[in-house]
Amino acid sequence: MANMSQEQKNDHIDCLAWQPSASIEHLKRRAKLMAIIRDFFAKREILEIETPLLSHASVTDPYVLGIPARFQHHGATSETAVYLQTSPEYPMKRLLAAGSGSIYQISKAFRQGDMGRYHNPEFTLLEWYRLGFNHLDLMNEVDALLQTVLHCEPADRVTYSELFTTLLGINPHTASTEQLMQYVQDHIEITTVDNDRNTCLHLLLTHCIEPRIGRHRPLCIYDFPITQAALAKIRDTENPPVASRFEVYFRGLELANGFHELQDSDEQRERFHQDILYRVKHQIPSVPIDEHFLAALQAGLPDCAGVALGIDRLMMLALHADSISDVMSFAFDRA
Amino acid sequence: MGVYSTNEIRGGMKVVIDGDPCIIIDNEFVKPGKGQAFNRIKTKNLKTGRVVERTYKSGDTLEAADVIDLEAQYLYNDGHEWHFMCRESFEQFSMNEAAVGETKQWLKEQADCVLTLWNGVPLAVTAPNFVVLKIIETDPGVRGDTSGGGGKPAKLESGAVVRVPLFVQEGEIIKVDTRHGEYVARAKE
Repeated sequence: MANMSQEQKNDHIDCLAWQPSASIEHLKRRAKLMAIIRDFFAKREILEIETPLLSHASVTDPYVLGIPARFQHHGATSETAVYLQTSPEYPMKRLLAAGSGSIYQISKAFRQGDMGRYHNPEFTLLEWYRLGFNHLDLMNEVDALLQTVLHCEPADRVTYSELFTTLLGINPHTASTEQLMQYVQDHIEITTVDNDRNTCLHLLLTHCIEPRIGRHRPLCIYDFPITQAALAKIRDTENPPVASRFEVYFRGLELANGFHELQDSDEQRERFHQDILYRVKHQIPSVPIDEHFLAALQAGLPDCAGVALGIDRLMMLALHADSISDVMSFAFDRA
Repeated sequence: MGVYSTNEIRGGMKVVIDGDPCIIIDNEFVKPGKGQAFNRIKTKNLKTGRVVERTYKSGDTLEAADVIDLEAQYLYNDGHEWHFMCRESFEQFSMNEAAVGETKQWLKEQADCVLTLWNGVPLAVTAPNFVVLKIIETDPGVRGDTSGGGGKPAKLESGAVVRVPLFVQEGEIIKVDTRHGEYVARAKE
């Protein structure tokens, strides 16, 4: 390649680009693992369901961006703006509110702009909900699934607070935003640090903590700061209050994110509203709120916990792949 | 020159960071599930060789550096400056000893090399991966030793000192890998 002109290089790449990103061997092993995952849920009598990929609404999370699409009736002159889903969370909760019982789904999800070694704008998500579980119960079930699929050791467990206190000497709940910004500046080579609490916490987690955790067995981090509650219940009884949320990390990958699900539709609407205000303030395009979802919460979501797990990343771990494209038939650059 | 956005940056591109020309080694997209997107970009400073990793917000831009490589020939040094000539344009360039750096030990007159220019000014010079040079000084080898084990230092006509097998003698021509400063084989003129 070294002696080729740029044009020759382009030709060289083009003539191979029809081929899959993953080896056929990887795709065969992936198929076997998918069967094991479906068997895991079948044994627990959890119903497999499907929900739409295309929706009239999208999520309000400021940094989870849907990819827009346009629907047009035959012969119509106007189009309707729709979105490819970022996760199946809202329609799955609508099913729960309608009396489905515990459910799971393996579907494609889409995220605008996310592209890298561990990201593809289109990826496969496993999402499931368990009635009567809290986030700790569901964490145990995720642990069981990982042991089944990866044959790894049982996961370690640590609270978000213990993790930051032990590794960084910072209390993530009580430290001021200024203190967090100072810590970021002192420990991370970075161009600019935003005056934003969650961004600082995320940077500390990705840069200062992730390289040091989950190296030999998965690590479950639970009880998050309330500023990162997302769709999780907040436990005001704790001091300081915490969000009933967990994440799972293994060998440098953020693998799963789960909640003891918020049931209060008023509080949910308020959180959506706060997200939209944040989007406006930071010039992030706004999205319509999913009123069907809020109406379902209003009608009554049963007490449950839910989790989303990145299947492609799970395959990377199972197959010891370096890049997400190594476990996908056609990664985005070849799609 | 233009700018590159973090999402266009690939290994091998040249950019200006803190006023110095740098080459991109790696660009990793970092994004927590619900957090902001960042790019962790690893670069090597083309002046100092120092490797730095820095985190940028996704969508930030870096200034492109006007850095080019020229096939050149080493002409001579006048005691202060090393002089080179571009093989294609015959344009001449000169560099001081510090800029030539470690490469000078591989340069004999008329030798091929690659000149790296930044904004038209020589920044660095690189010797070819393999050079053929004459040994001007080495201890006589032990009689009968034909293996490569052990070895001895040998000074080359360009000034470099490399370890050679005991059987290689003063006045012989050898092929050397300049990247690691290692003897490869005996060579013919």
